[in-house]
Amino acid sequence: MKKLLIAGVLLLLPFTAGASEKGPDLLQSGIDLKDKASLQRGAKYFANYCQGCHSLEYMRYSRMAEDLGIPTDELQENLIFGDAKPTDHMTNAIRPDDGEKWFGTKIPDLTLVTRWRSPDWVYTYLKTFYVDDSRPYGVNNLVFPKVGMPHALVNLQGVQKPVYAGGEHAAGSEEHVVGVELVEPGELTPKEYDNMVRDITNFLTYVGEPMKLERRSLGLYVLLFLGLMFLVSYYLKKEFWKDVH
Amino acid sequence: MSSDTTASSAQPTPGGFLGWLDKRFPVMDVWNDHLAQYYAPKNMGFWSFFGSLALVVLVLQIVTGLWLAMNYKPSATEAFASVEYIMRDVDWGWLIRYMHSTGASFFFILVYLHMFRGLMWGSYKNPRELLWIVGVVIYLAMMATAFFGYLLPWGQMSYWGAQVIVNLFAAVPGIGEDLSTWVRGDYVISDATLNRFYAFHFLLPFILAALVFLHIVALHRVGSTNPDGIEIKKGPKGNKWSDTAPADGIPFHPYYTVKDIMGLVVFAAIFAAVLFYSPGLGGIFLEPPNFQPADPLKTPAHIAPVWYFTPYYAMLRAVPPIAASQFPGVVVMFSAILIMFVLPWLDRSPVRSIRYKGILSKVFLAAFAVSFVVLAYLGLQPASELYTLLAQIFTVVYFAFFLLMPIYTKIEKTKPVPERVTE
Repeated sequence: MKKLLIAGVLLLLPFTAGASEKGPDLLQSGIDLKDKASLQRGAKYFANYCQGCHSLEYMRYSRMAEDLGIPTDELQENLIFGDAKPTDHMTNAIRPDDGEKWFGTKIPDLTLVTRWRSPDWVYTYLKTFYVDDSRPYGVNNLVFPKVGMPHALVNLQGVQKPVYAGGEHAAGSEEHVVGVELVEPGELTPKEYDNMVRDITNFLTYVGEPMKLERRSLGLYVLLFLGLMFLVSYYLKKEFWKDVH
Repeated sequence: MSSDTTASSAQPTPGGFLGWLDKRFPVMDVWNDHLAQYYAPKNMGFWSFFGSLALVVLVLQIVTGLWLAMNYKPSATEAFASVEYIMRDVDWGWLIRYMHSTGASFFFILVYLHMFRGLMWGSYKNPRELLWIVGVVIYLAMMATAFFGYLLPWGQMSYWGAQVIVNLFAAVPGIGEDLSTWVRGDYVISDATLNRFYAFHFLLPFILAALVFLHIVALHRVGSTNPDGIEIKKGPKGNKWSDTAPADGIPFHPYYTVKDIMGLVVFAAIFAAVLFYSPGLGGIFLEPPNFQPADPLKTPAHIAPVWYFTPYYAMLRAVPPIAASQFPGVVVMFSAILIMFVLPWLDRSPVRSIRYKGILSKVFLAAFAVSFVVLAYLGLQPASELYTLLAQIFTVVYFAFFLLMPIYTKIEKTKPVPERVTE
């Protein structure tokens, strides 16, 4: 038992090293991949508000429709724009050069954004745009300083002002921004906006790893099988080793 | 086909197909020499599992790797997308890919535990020096394989990790720049680099398999050791299976085969728990920046190699540059691995196992294990003043374990070793 413990500790120690990036605390997105209604709404919001610029170049429409329970005719009518086929990847008509021209950087593909950032990061990002006149599009972001993107959902969320750590004295420099506050309401109430952003985050988390739920449920069967195998192998070993002891 | 093939200690000549085969190929001899009549100490406990488990994972890596190769495209423009294609469009592709990525990390976990076992049992001491050396060569080949393989997903960390490591060659005085260009096949990591790394990543596992074969041949020549470090071949003869076999030995098959199968099931459960519930293991097995395609123009804020290389990476960063050259750090880093080759001649203790060695050996071995783990942690973190200092201290501890070994194993008082293995 002591040896088991030593081995266990040795095994686990290096893994206590989480990714410890400095930065403002992220808000809890509270997403739920099993909530299909939320995922469907997220897909709709993404198609309407995001996909004009951001592609999901590794995700196919048909796979999404199948996983989220979206009927084919509805997919064709509401979610596929232009002449894309259901089996196509969810791209758009923007060329990489356009992004360079308009925003000074390529517009990132968002298929894996929740995997290299995190769902909570995406959720916080969508909630923390604030007015900053020094930026080309008049907005900055709490978790993405000097962001090149305009606030695409500003009409829905409303206008937010930065909150500075040292009060108004420290105003003006983005390192001192610690939060945001709504100064001009949008079309949605803050709660409605939070829900919308949560749906988008949920959808993008699904897109990042479409097989995530399948992986977990399969894992359960594999572990149950191995549990059974352990009993068999344990008693087999015990039976054979009677000769030795 | 249906001849009786149960192996007993007598030498019955098998009939049927097996008999036909055995006349032309030493099937029965191999079976007996390496399994049914290979006598292993009966007291090999928990720590003896990891060698056979590592072998299983090597096979898993080769098989899953072959299947990945069926859909992977070693091209700078297609590699990243082809991995996502495997994850999304290939039937069970995600499972195969996660097995391979999880398998790589577990391979190192198992081998590190296996090596630690070797240190505890004194498995490198006479007559097992060559066995140990083949093991160190295996470890080097594994690291090379993992290094080449890590570039293949062509994510940001793949790219910049490879950039950092290949740049180490540039630190070699005089020929450095040319050497690193030669390794890359270009002035930066590029399509040419990816292609050659893929070629090596495909080739090396077969060399690894051949080395493992040699490792086992060498092991079976000298015999397995045990937690007591007692040479069972030198003890009394005769047990219930054979009159000439060591009294403390038991046939590897069926006793250790059934035991290793049990160990394999437990390991498979741990492996499956990670694979199905946390294949990235919080950013350790799969680093988040690697979900961004490689971008030669955008350096990530913090570049760290995968966890199994980080002890050495921490050492590299701990050594201050001399005359603006990183070369001393590179030398220290490679020495940390190469010093393992001479370990059998550093240990002057009259006893083999840590059980009967003195307190100094125990303290140094514990300090060594701690330093390895701490260095692994530090190598994952961005360098800070405190962390660099800690890395320097633990680098010294790491080397002290080896360099002071001739002294502390000589002067310490050892305990008497029993005649026979303890249960």
